[in-house]
Amino acid sequence: MKSLEELAAIRNKMKDKVALREKEGDIRIVVGMATCGIAAGARPVLNAFVEEVSKQHADNATVTQTGCIGMCRLEPIVEVFEGGKERVTYVKVKPAMVPRIVKEHILGGRPITEYTIGAAE
Amino acid sequence: MKELSLNILDIVQNSISAQATLVKILLAETEDTLRITIEDDGKGMTPEFLATVMDPFSTTRKTRKVGMGIPLFKLAAEQTGGELTLSSKTREMSPEDHGTVISAFFHKDHMDFTPLGDVVSTLVSLIQGCPDVDILFEHSLPGGDLVHLDTREMREALGDEIPLNSFEVLEWARESLNEQYGF
Repeated sequence: MKSLEELAAIRNKMKDKVALREKEGDIRIVVGMATCGIAAGARPVLNAFVEEVSKQHADNATVTQTGCIGMCRLEPIVEVFEGGKERVTYVKVKPAMVPRIVKEHILGGRPITEYTIGAAE
Repeated sequence: MKELSLNILDIVQNSISAQATLVKILLAETEDTLRITIEDDGKGMTPEFLATVMDPFSTTRKTRKVGMGIPLFKLAAEQTGGELTLSSKTREMSPEDHGTVISAFFHKDHMDFTPLGDVVSTLVSLIQGCPDVDILFEHSLPGGDLVHLDTREMREALGDEIPLNSFEVLEWARESLNEQYGF
């Protein structure tokens, strides 16, 4: 069974990394997790972002959760905030779309227009 | 909701909005019944609000007037012949012991029983979203085994500098729960 001692090992391994991350995180990926988002499939989308951000080493990004964004029919909704840039709103997001968003937008700086609210409306 | 674990994720968001510091998610399962109890130490609800909270047209949220979380959970319980009970104490009513308890009872053998689903992902999502809130999770299985996760124990092992929502820590929690479930 996984032991709490393993957490102590993670603690030692991560000490320096955490300080670095706090300094770098300037992109916020925000997943809507109210009743409407959860019912539409936000949980696997959230977990896909957490996994992909780590897997692709997008150390400049943090993944956070929020309540209802106010457009329930377009859930799951993910908003990307980056200092000095306009907010990008992805709608009807599926876990399969997440690796590409992280690769091309979060790391590459090019939002994927076809997934955004502009394309859906 | 397709899974009761999604209702749990949704209901616990209410506890977090109510400034809970500890949320207990307790599952008691037998061969043919399931009880899900969610207990928090948040600010609680007044008796007046409690009376209206089962109603889908009642909510604390500002963006939209319809709050479906508790009505959906209640429906999921009642459609199996079970029930949902709710009790709450505000800080003013009970400064030492305030918070909300929601308990839902399900008959698993009923054809309208919604499966529990991926409760591990629900817990990982909750820790990810609110690393400063503590969660105690206990699931007593039909065979008598207990699946257990307590973020207070995790926090003690990790110290102050590593947040609970670090990827490595979330993976540890996921693997720990998967192992206990025998996945």
